[in-house]
Amino acid sequence: MIQARALNAEAVRADFPILGRQIHGKPLVYLDSAATSQKPAVVIDAMDDYYRRYNANPHRGVYTISEEATAAYESARQRLATFINAASVKEIIFTRNTTEAINLVRYSWGRANIRPGDRILLTEMEHHSNLVPWQLLAQEVGARLEFLCIDDDGLLLLDQLERKLAGVRLLALTHQSNTLGTINPIKAITSAAHAAGALVLVDGAQAVPHMPVDVQDLGADFYAFSGHKMCGPTGIGVLWARRALLESMPPFLGGGDMIKRVKLNEATWNDLPWKFEAGTPSVAEGIGLGSAVDYLSQFGMERVRSHERTLVDYAMEKLQEIPGITIYGPRDPEIHGGSISFTLPNIHPHDLATLVDREGIAVRAGHHCTQPLMERLGVAATTRASFYIYNRVDEVDQLVGGIQKAQKVFA
Amino acid sequence: MSDDLYREQILEHYKNPHHFGELEDADITQEGDNPLCGDVITLYLKLDDGRVGDVRFRGRGCAISQASASMLTDLIVGKPVHELKTFPTKDLLEELGIQISPARMKCATLSVNTLRVALNGDSHEEDD
Repeated sequence: MIQARALNAEAVRADFPILGRQIHGKPLVYLDSAATSQKPAVVIDAMDDYYRRYNANPHRGVYTISEEATAAYESARQRLATFINAASVKEIIFTRNTTEAINLVRYSWGRANIRPGDRILLTEMEHHSNLVPWQLLAQEVGARLEFLCIDDDGLLLLDQLERKLAGVRLLALTHQSNTLGTINPIKAITSAAHAAGALVLVDGAQAVPHMPVDVQDLGADFYAFSGHKMCGPTGIGVLWARRALLESMPPFLGGGDMIKRVKLNEATWNDLPWKFEAGTPSVAEGIGLGSAVDYLSQFGMERVRSHERTLVDYAMEKLQEIPGITIYGPRDPEIHGGSISFTLPNIHPHDLATLVDREGIAVRAGHHCTQPLMERLGVAATTRASFYIYNRVDEVDQLVGGIQKAQKVFA
Repeated sequence: MSDDLYREQILEHYKNPHHFGELEDADITQEGDNPLCGDVITLYLKLDDGRVGDVRFRGRGCAISQASASMLTDLIVGKPVHELKTFPTKDLLEELGIQISPARMKCATLSVNTLRVALNGDSHEEDD
């Protein structure tokens, strides 16, 4: 049983060893959690404990430490199922990350179901990881890509949705834009897509770490996310999909663990979820992610979301006071997740990021793996500040101070 | 090497770049870009008896990429083309006079890579 805990950023910070670091003689102000979150000591310790005490290949050994490794790894899967309210633990497929989860769908479901002339609907705000796999599939099978456009506030033009869904087999879209911060109304979009006969894949990389996600309530067919953005380690992610779909899909990678019986010329597949998990899995990473889920669950995702909403609200107000700044994405914090992109006149985002780094502040600068969106916004790059449970309001002030200092250098 | 990435000379080149503009009668016009950063430059070279008779550049991007392009134009004007074909990256980095981190190296070397493409057809990036 996980003990509920209030979300006090000051207390939370003590859980993250890296936040004690000094950068260029200043305390680290980490504002790049949308790229990857920092890790609490409990997650690092859980992985360390596995390697020190019960490192063994799971699923096969009949000896004690292999059974312990299997139990720990599979218990992490169970906790993830509960965390996103999957109907069954069999629907939780471990992958390397969100990108691999989306590619799993492309190779397995996509190749078996997308035919020449079929349409795949995407949006202008997709991360390259939810764009390029579909470009490759479309080229391979002769399918067509369609795009749902955004308005100047970074919101999807949902009045186009019904028209654009005509003849669409798959709608693939992000739950929360990693660049704009826009939170898309997935439940409404999914029901429109289903009414039009399309399946829906959701890129949840920016959503699962930051807000309550209930895959059954959202009603999507595929939902992908990464462990490393939610206090877990790199190298582990999840594809959730409805069980009937997973049962109907051919395997992704072939190899050990994903088979039931192998003859020289043929094989039969293991049960879900292992049918989609070939080879020795990322055991330590799975265990680390399970521990990250426990860590976040103490607070509850409602509190995580509310903490970030407070930070975004404050940051919007403070950033808007900077002369000449352009802020992208919706202004309403209800539909703007914990990440804010902006540009300044006369300072390139890379120069700004380099200058604030001298103050110990880590922000992202670039296209954020959304080049088509950058083109839509008419910029080559933006600076992005993104928040998480360990960020405090005064770190927003430090960012604003860093920006003002940079503006003096370039004045 | 200075630790101050934005020392006065770099900012001066960024704000008031040398040889900025276009050459209508350029013999060689070469574009270069860093798609990952969005830095872009176009180099215009007018050749005169085997030398760079005149040079201009246009571009947009970070201060490091644009200042380095401005400095490069000063270094190459009047120089023989056969020498510039193997223009060493380190000469430009010395001119910049700052510690360039690996993440910013692409910005610092965009102009010299574009020069090599202009004169050789590819950038022949060296390891120095």
